[in-house]
Amino acid sequence: MTKPHLELTGVEMAFDTPKGSFVALDNINLKIKKGEFVSLIGHSGCGKSTVLNIVAGLLQASKGGCILDGHEINAPGPERAVVFQNHALMPWLTVYENVELAVQQVFRKTLTKQERRSWIHHNLELVNMAHAANKRPGEISGGMAQRVGIARALAMKPSVLLMDEPFGALDALTRAHLQDSLMSIQQDLNNTVIMITHDVDEAVLLSDRIIMMTNGPAAAVGEDLYINLERPRNRVTLADDPTYVHYRQEVLKFLYEKQRKLENIAPHRNKKATSATTNPSAQTAKI
Amino acid sequence: MSTLLNPSSETRIRGGLKVLTDRFNVAELTQAGKQLLLPMVGILIFLGFWHLAAPQVNTSLGTFPGPVQVWEQSGQLWQEHLNQRERADKFVTMQEERNARILAEDPNAKVKIRGYPGAPTFLDQIATSLVTVMAGFLLATAIAVPLGIVLGLNRHLQAAINPLIQIFKPVSPLAWLPLVTMVVSATYVSDDPMFEKSFLTSMITVTLCSLWPTLINTGVGVAAVNPDLLNVSRVLQLSFWTHVRKVVLPSSIPIIFTGLRVSLGIAWMVLIAAEMLAQSPGLGKFVWDEFQNGSSQSLSRIMAAVLAIGFIGFVLDRIMLVIQKKIAWNE
Ligand SMILES: Nc1ncnc2c1ncn2[C@@H]1O[C@H](COP(=O)(O)OP(=O)(O)O)[C@@H](O)[C@H]1O
Ligand SMILES: [Mg+2]
Repeated sequence: MTKPHLELTGVEMAFDTPKGSFVALDNINLKIKKGEFVSLIGHSGCGKSTVLNIVAGLLQASKGGCILDGHEINAPGPERAVVFQNHALMPWLTVYENVELAVQQVFRKTLTKQERRSWIHHNLELVNMAHAANKRPGEISGGMAQRVGIARALAMKPSVLLMDEPFGALDALTRAHLQDSLMSIQQDLNNTVIMITHDVDEAVLLSDRIIMMTNGPAAAVGEDLYINLERPRNRVTLADDPTYVHYRQEVLKFLYEKQRKLENIAPHRNKKATSATTNPSAQTAKI
Repeated sequence: MSTLLNPSSETRIRGGLKVLTDRFNVAELTQAGKQLLLPMVGILIFLGFWHLAAPQVNTSLGTFPGPVQVWEQSGQLWQEHLNQRERADKFVTMQEERNARILAEDPNAKVKIRGYPGAPTFLDQIATSLVTVMAGFLLATAIAVPLGIVLGLNRHLQAAINPLIQIFKPVSPLAWLPLVTMVVSATYVSDDPMFEKSFLTSMITVTLCSLWPTLINTGVGVAAVNPDLLNVSRVLQLSFWTHVRKVVLPSSIPIIFTGLRVSLGIAWMVLIAAEMLAQSPGLGKFVWDEFQNGSSQSLSRIMAAVLAIGFIGFVLDRIMLVIQKKIAWNE
């Protein structure tokens, strides 16, 4: 048996709050293979970001730990690049300079100045942002800034790419386009991806595996669903594929039957999910 | 993705924008007119009030000067400055001629070069004050910004130092001055001093009083950097210096500048007071000397100095604003 690429063992996370200790995660166990695309899905506030931040090294688990390629993770590092929820670009740097900051840091010794420059442009082109290289984040839309955030992360050539709802703020067309680019980029680079999402279709379309988390507090892994769909995947043909539809159903059942939230936002979420059923074909038809 | 923005719609947007900007220019002009007009009206009303009220105030040195007397006196001060310059030039030429003659007779003779011994004019005093305030302010900045960064980065240090800041911040320059004077006279002993002691005393007093707003603002700005950006810095494993230079400083520049402007304003106010009290050269001394002089023109001359002090303070703040706009990213 080969050793797993990334392994979380008995991870527990307790936050100190004014009202005492708050246990957000309880005994999370995960083994992730190299090149696997894993989605984390679960209701808001269940602890998805916390899991991601522990893998990133930005948070230290209270119990248990996380091992990447045989090394325990206890600090952040560029081999685990993070795409943050709100792009997190430096507002005083241009789009180019934001990516440059990361490239400078990672490839200062291994690439020449000229090589770094073309590598930055290459990554901006990957996300279709080369035209705005000299703009500041304040001068571009939120979706565009998010794409730059992705370019910055990809430019670090990370072995694990961590993404916290990366497409949540984007319009449907941009999102579909970026999902497709992400799929092809991931196939080329074969980096391990952990992506948090709220979108069931996004999870099924992109993932090799969907980790469904139970509601917090003390959230744990509820179900672990492997998505055996051929790659490259095509959103149009998959829309009526019975296997695809079956996987969607599985995730929806988990979220809205087994882990139903007894809050008034629950019906709203349900409505959103049903309307999403018709979405993939509608989106792709426009492209 | 490029299909999202079709080119014809883009040019249409641009065209629309151009029409808009043209219209804006007209609006801008009227706006600028209004912006200039109202301050003018304010100043005129003030001058009128001053003109009417001044003769009602009787002092032992005659009636309080109105705007006309102050204006005349300002011209007088300018003329005195020109005369003084002329005399100084003459003095220098004569000295050079004399020295040349001595050297011609005996090439080995030691010639003396003396500075012009005349009293400094109003404009000389202004120049002295400006140099002193800039020196004090720069020293304050050089202390406050690095210290503020360190405090902003370290919560424990901040908690330890904060009470000291709160206590020293409200101290008046008049209280510092005797201490500074004594310490400077005791410690700054040198046969060939680079600076005048009076200059050092004024400068250090200015520094002590003006560094607090910059220190506090820098600390606050550094502590308030967006946590997401701090996480980016951690993921990139930026070194301490890169982190400070590329993340912390740019992020807090706007709030640091707000502190710097307050500091410079305080520095200028403090300097005048310090010069008056310590009798060190500068505008403060000019005011004090005129007060001691007690001639019939003194009040007009002091009033001219007051207006000059106010105007210079205003200009200094504007200069800071221009620098801020050049440097800060959010302007
Ligand atoms: N620093 C913190 N201190 C206290 N509680 C926290 C902290 N971070 C997260 N939490 C709590 O932990 C739970 C999980 O948060 P999070 O991982 O952000 O959820 P998700 O990303 O799934 O929406 C939430 O209830 C949240 O309030
Ligand atoms: Mg989250």
